[in-house]
Amino acid sequence: MTAAAPEPKANMGRPVPRYEAAAKVTGRATYASDMPLDNPAYAFLVTSAIAKGRIDSFDLDDARRVRGVIDIVTHENAPKLKESKLFSNGGYAGTTIQPLKSADITHDGQIIAVVIAESYEAAREAANRVKVSYTAVAPSASFDSPGTTTAAAKGQNAQFKEDPEVGDFAKAFDAAEVKLTASYETPTQHHNPMELFTTSCAWMGDELVIYEGSQYVYGLKNGVAEQLGIDADKVRVVNPYVGGGFGSRGSMTPRTAIIAGIAKRLNRPIKLVPTRDQGFTIATHRAETRHEIKLGAGRDGKLVALRHDGAEVSSRPDAYCVGGTKTTTRLYACPNVASLVSIVRADRNTPGFMRSPPEVPYLFALESAMDELAVKLNMDPVELRRINDTNVEPIGGKPYTSRSLMACFDEAAKAFGWSQRSPQPKSMSDGDWLVGYGCAATCYPTQMAPSAARVRLQRDGRTRVEIAGHEIGTGAYTVIAQTAAERLGVPLEKVAVFLGDSDLPPAPVAGGSNSTASTCSAVMMVCDRIRQRLFKAVMPSDSLTDKAKETVGISQAPSTQAAKSDRPLDIEKAFDALGVGIVEEYGEWKPEGAPLDSFTAMHSGHARLVGGHQMKDKIAYAFGAEFVEVRVNRFTHEIRCPRLVGAFAAGRIMNPRTARSQLMGGLIWGMSSALLEATEIDERNARYVNDNLADYLVPVSADVPGVEVILLSEQDDHINPAGVKGLGELANVGTNAAICNAIYHATGQRIRKLPVRLENIEV
Amino acid sequence: MRPFSYQRATDPDMALQALSAAAAANNPLTKATAQPLAGGTTLIDLMKLDVMRPAAIVDINPLARSWSAIEPGSDGLRLGALAKMSDVAAHAEIQRNYPVIANSLKLAASAQLRNMATLGGNVMQRTRCSYFRDVSYENCNKRNPGSGCAAMDGVNRVHAVLGTSDQCIATYPGDFAQALIALDAMVEITGRSGARRLPFADLHKAPGKTPDIETTLQPGELISAFSIPGRWPRSVYLKARDRQSYEFALSSAAVALDVHDGTIRDARVALGGVATVPWRAREAEALLKGQKFDDGLAQRVADAAFAEAKGRRHNGFKIALGKRVVARALQQAVTMEI
Repeated sequence: MTAAAPEPKANMGRPVPRYEAAAKVTGRATYASDMPLDNPAYAFLVTSAIAKGRIDSFDLDDARRVRGVIDIVTHENAPKLKESKLFSNGGYAGTTIQPLKSADITHDGQIIAVVIAESYEAAREAANRVKVSYTAVAPSASFDSPGTTTAAAKGQNAQFKEDPEVGDFAKAFDAAEVKLTASYETPTQHHNPMELFTTSCAWMGDELVIYEGSQYVYGLKNGVAEQLGIDADKVRVVNPYVGGGFGSRGSMTPRTAIIAGIAKRLNRPIKLVPTRDQGFTIATHRAETRHEIKLGAGRDGKLVALRHDGAEVSSRPDAYCVGGTKTTTRLYACPNVASLVSIVRADRNTPGFMRSPPEVPYLFALESAMDELAVKLNMDPVELRRINDTNVEPIGGKPYTSRSLMACFDEAAKAFGWSQRSPQPKSMSDGDWLVGYGCAATCYPTQMAPSAARVRLQRDGRTRVEIAGHEIGTGAYTVIAQTAAERLGVPLEKVAVFLGDSDLPPAPVAGGSNSTASTCSAVMMVCDRIRQRLFKAVMPSDSLTDKAKETVGISQAPSTQAAKSDRPLDIEKAFDALGVGIVEEYGEWKPEGAPLDSFTAMHSGHARLVGGHQMKDKIAYAFGAEFVEVRVNRFTHEIRCPRLVGAFAAGRIMNPRTARSQLMGGLIWGMSSALLEATEIDERNARYVNDNLADYLVPVSADVPGVEVILLSEQDDHINPAGVKGLGELANVGTNAAICNAIYHATGQRIRKLPVRLENIEV
Repeated sequence: MRPFSYQRATDPDMALQALSAAAAANNPLTKATAQPLAGGTTLIDLMKLDVMRPAAIVDINPLARSWSAIEPGSDGLRLGALAKMSDVAAHAEIQRNYPVIANSLKLAASAQLRNMATLGGNVMQRTRCSYFRDVSYENCNKRNPGSGCAAMDGVNRVHAVLGTSDQCIATYPGDFAQALIALDAMVEITGRSGARRLPFADLHKAPGKTPDIETTLQPGELISAFSIPGRWPRSVYLKARDRQSYEFALSSAAVALDVHDGTIRDARVALGGVATVPWRAREAEALLKGQKFDDGLAQRVADAAFAEAKGRRHNGFKIALGKRVVARALQQAVTMEI
């Protein structure tokens, strides 16, 4: 075993290498833009240089003269598209702002024209030569801009159902022995997946194939069909590999139906490759947020009152919000809780999901406040969490299905060397550097959604698993292959997995960390049916068939107690008895508590996610604890983070290698979010300024010399058949607060606004 | 990117001829219709962004055969303009006798870029001002003379506090140039009318009323080499930035000292990340000469270096930061073991 492939503990699968590792490192993996097209035309977008106003006119003469230009599509001649509702309101779209519909401009960088040419170069050159005359109106850029409107999220966003509260917060806070009131702020951020927001569309008669990196091929297929006004069965979305999603590809963006419509009219495949900076405005982003936290506690550290008010910026037409109070009001034992989430409307593009959407900004506020409270109480911050740890969430009184928060704190603290910390701020240093240690809790709801799968087993053990899941870099191919191999008892190398194609059985959106739980539960169910068919063929008694459910493996010796008395199944004999060479099963799985319309919705591209705090008599979350060492240079005030240590418990770990990799990426992203990542907005014109990877900083290797991931063994039989909690969005939640808490420890300075930069340090 | 002609020059004459042929329009070099291509790490970016629109590209990489020598001598150092940043940074004699040069190169860009980028191209690299690099902004005096400056009251955290004008506050982004200007480097320039030598300090032009004119190089001229007089083993390049690597300076200092028996006989201080051009802090140097070093002196020197600095909305922090960087670089230079 190596650091990259940790030894599996109890309830963990084998750390097998990635299914597609060789394909990726040799460049054989085909991403959407790699798909060959027959005689394609190339599209390049023209985006608006103002955030609000209207287009008076285009001067296209210069652009049309570029050799190879085929057409320039503007609102004056664009294909007519039907509207799609917002994802969070039961639709498919990440924004209801549909470009090329009128001369109106609603946000910076809105698509205002599409140049089609014989080559990418000609399309790009012509796009540069398009001249636009605007009438600009002064836009509202963000929180402090004039002209914004603010209203409670409840009542305007269908997915935000409640502002959690319990007891009497005001009275309890008033009477509390120790009180803390603090405000926090997080910035606009962009996902910036390596793969750009490309789209290729090819029609064969009335059938459309879309090659596009997507986290939800069924959603995209149905959404584009809706916009084009055609039967969804005529649309196929293909993307065997996705070059990172992080939420940016979860909902449909407006570009896809536009390109499909133009390809239809032109009767030719079209390939669109937008630029990095266009990606900042043609897809979604994490909105900037503000928070006020009030904590009341006894001298013993027990919370008696907690209030969390959050505000988030959204666009004029769409009431998007992440509303993380559902998590922060339930994390610790506290009898009196209140909360309120508000949405501030500005002249911006509609924000959307970005890795751990609710938890990242809201836990930053709560976990920073907990650290501040620990300081007020003169208490170790780990002990403050222990005192307020609970197995029952305080709002609805429901038990956590499992909760290893303090075990994670203890494991991570030990590995980190927390006991070496001298509690006094500014008391540790090393040469030019002030040294600080900080920690925070991390958590993420356990979510599942209905999923289908098709599995085919051949007489020689070769197995084919088909499911329209998504390989967004997480290891989906690998864990699905492992699941099928384990369940059918066939060697891993005999399992072929097919993902990323909407012609395959539907899977939910690869978001909300639900993919492994959902797709593996479906694959398990379907594999069990295959096994039962084979068993039935040779042992046609019902009781034996029941026993088969307990049996692991067909060609292997049965390993469970129940099957020990039986002879192992002879797979070839079973096939002979059935009289076939191939057994194939298709099945649809849905989690406990899924709504009645789950399967219909699944086929029409609506994922019915259940879990987290919305379960009937229980609440399910994965937990972790994160410890960081921060160094602040006395002279330059540069802030560096040489060590990140996280311990995590997330139910069954399918593959410690891919799990570690995701959690490590999460820790690094969390550090990035705390110290580097912010999209700068020019307040005068509501435009993004640093819309490229040279100016929108993410860490380089030198910024993360030490990242340690500890996987805790945890078994949870109350969530889903796979026993999986999901961990893709677990690790980048607590890091923001852990870093700021460490900066406080290093410098004595409490910073409540992200990202923290050297000019914010005063030592 | 717009269509352009590409020519590979196999010798200097061919390069100069090709560049001059297209130079007739009398534009400043930065806007010249013919551009030399060396590492391409700035030019190609700006062409893709439609900021630079040359009609002709003259690839001068074959000239590296004669223009990339690294020649340390007893009385100075000569560096060919087409030497790669990585090769110079890794050169043992430069690390020993000119640590300020080696470190200014090593701390710049990324390993991949340093392997491509040349010294001549490096000193000619253009500002990272976001508004300059985004052609959807009409108002950029550097791109469109007389159109105004979007950065002046925009997002200007990375912009300059020294050498600014009411026309432009764009920062000169490089690191190596601070070492060159500190060490009184000379630039060797080749043009069709012959060769000339120029103090490196006279190569770049502060924006003043003409921010579109960035250097005194004429269209059709090429930098062939840099020469640095003397040796400066007691020299430091200190760079403060948002991340540990692959990032421009928010503030940097190139410091070189000649200390004898505790007395500073000669001192050089140049500032990066804070000025519109490579910036020599001569007033600061004057305070050091003939003095014994202490922290109070370092503070006075740092104050003098930024006496004329003017901050704007987001970059005011650079003045205090720059002073601390200068003071710390001086301390490091004084205490370094040579």
